[in-house]
Amino acid sequence: MQGQSKLQPYYLIFPAILVLFLIVGFPLVYGIWISLTNMNLVNFLEPHFIGIKNYIDVLTSRQLFQDIVRTFYWTFVNVFFHVTCGLFLALLLNRKLPGKNIFRVLIMIPWAMPQYIAVLAWKNMFRTQYGAIDIIFNKLGIENIAWLSDPSWTFTASIITNIWLGIPFMMANLLGGLQSIPNELYEAAEIDGITRWQKLKSITLPLLKPVLTPAIVLGTVMTFNMMNVIVIMTEGSGSSQTEILVTRVYRTAFSYFSYGNAAATSVIIFFMLAAFSSLFIKVTKGDKGVYD
Amino acid sequence: MKGDLFNRGDGSLKIIFCYIVLGLMSFVCVYPVLNILSIALRPGSRLFQTNLKIIPDNATIENFRIALFERDFGLWLFNSLKVASITTIITILVSFSAAYAFSRYKFKGKSITMTSFLLTQIFPAPMLLLPTFILLKYFGWLNTHLGLIIPYIAGAVPFCVWTMKGFFDTVPYSIEESAYIDGANLFQVFFRIITPLSLPAIGVVSLFAFTGAWNEYIMARQVVSDEDLITLPLALTNMQGQFNTEWGVFAAASIMTAVPVMLVFISLSKFMVGGLTLGGVKG
Repeated sequence: MQGQSKLQPYYLIFPAILVLFLIVGFPLVYGIWISLTNMNLVNFLEPHFIGIKNYIDVLTSRQLFQDIVRTFYWTFVNVFFHVTCGLFLALLLNRKLPGKNIFRVLIMIPWAMPQYIAVLAWKNMFRTQYGAIDIIFNKLGIENIAWLSDPSWTFTASIITNIWLGIPFMMANLLGGLQSIPNELYEAAEIDGITRWQKLKSITLPLLKPVLTPAIVLGTVMTFNMMNVIVIMTEGSGSSQTEILVTRVYRTAFSYFSYGNAAATSVIIFFMLAAFSSLFIKVTKGDKGVYD
Repeated sequence: MKGDLFNRGDGSLKIIFCYIVLGLMSFVCVYPVLNILSIALRPGSRLFQTNLKIIPDNATIENFRIALFERDFGLWLFNSLKVASITTIITILVSFSAAYAFSRYKFKGKSITMTSFLLTQIFPAPMLLLPTFILLKYFGWLNTHLGLIIPYIAGAVPFCVWTMKGFFDTVPYSIEESAYIDGANLFQVFFRIITPLSLPAIGVVSLFAFTGAWNEYIMARQVVSDEDLITLPLALTNMQGQFNTEWGVFAAASIMTAVPVMLVFISLSKFMVGGLTLGGVKG
């Protein structure tokens, strides 16, 4: 781009950096500092520096390994269904189908509902005897499942709810990406007699990559750190068997008021996700454009 | 006729299959919401019933009337609309410009800046609450809408930048190049060329910023305590927190909270319709 100031890109990104630095930069550094102190409800205003004791406590706790495994499982299952269902629906809605706009609006509804309300609605559906799912199971003659009292089923119920919540977002995102692929490419490919699978593999997915990569990375990060669903779903029946890392942070901070310990767990989460994101972007070369 | 309505080469079976899948998915998406509607339509405040009727016996819109006229629904709606629309507009402007820089320029520190944008999203939200609170207090933004808007923008910008950057990458540079050669400046390129070509991305990103601000309540609860300033989701959680929850009114208010988002989506979805780049490259 000749004739333009070398500083121009910096001017363009400056407002974004300013906002992020202000609102995320300080809290992040502050969080790391708390993780090195013994801050809790008693010495909330005068926490003492205790070095890496919180990290040792977190890393040696027996729960940690199970929580990590459960978090990976939670994240993988959710993101897998978000991406596959989202992509499948986006491909269907990218076709010529009369009346598809109605479907598109209906499928967006889970995203439009306030999350808090949506999760309560699902919790209501999972209730024994009065819940819609139980009533349907009864009519079909399937044995009732104790969704909300058996922790492993509560966890499954949370996964189902979260998959439901996340599909519209992924679909809208991918649909936006699909729209940018020129039709001419498909027409040319059809003349060459390409199969449907090849079309998906060699045109759609590569051209969708610049949209798909950030969607997967951010989807993973958001799912990993999604606490609303599990916290609301397990309210009143909490159990260590439904805990993922972020709900553990939430409970350590707001039920046990052990801020130092919660902050240390957060920093550990931060490094795990940072490693994942940079690796994923490097492997998929997601920061490069398709025409680079 | 068939050739105009559907994709070429699609058999009737395939078309029927598409409709069945879409119909089924729509049902799954809508059903839990219908459940809330059903609670809202029940007389009194009955949370439970043992049948699957969506329209209950003795259905009434009394709960909607109470939510609308006996509660401050209008005020909450205004607050939410204000916070969410300002958040959306500023987020779009800020992200658009940053994403353009990331997509079109090579500059020192580009890769690390993009990665650090992403990193700001990965520190767990519950741990950001306390420091954000301290920060907002320091700026005197507690109990103001600005105290909500600024953090919401910060929460939405990284995703929006990445998504728009990805989208800009798929738009060939050749169009802008010829505009620059013809003597257009950066702003003309922004508004005359890039904006019309990236409407689908702007649509998705606006929706993301809007719904994020519209539905957030955990931070809002820390920042805003003044009754005149609370937003809809905050009002809803307050209603539920009360000693005796009026489930019917709560459900009616919940349904009405989702309506504006649906309207925003419907109005944005026109932009998300394709065929835009195609014309651009040819011209």
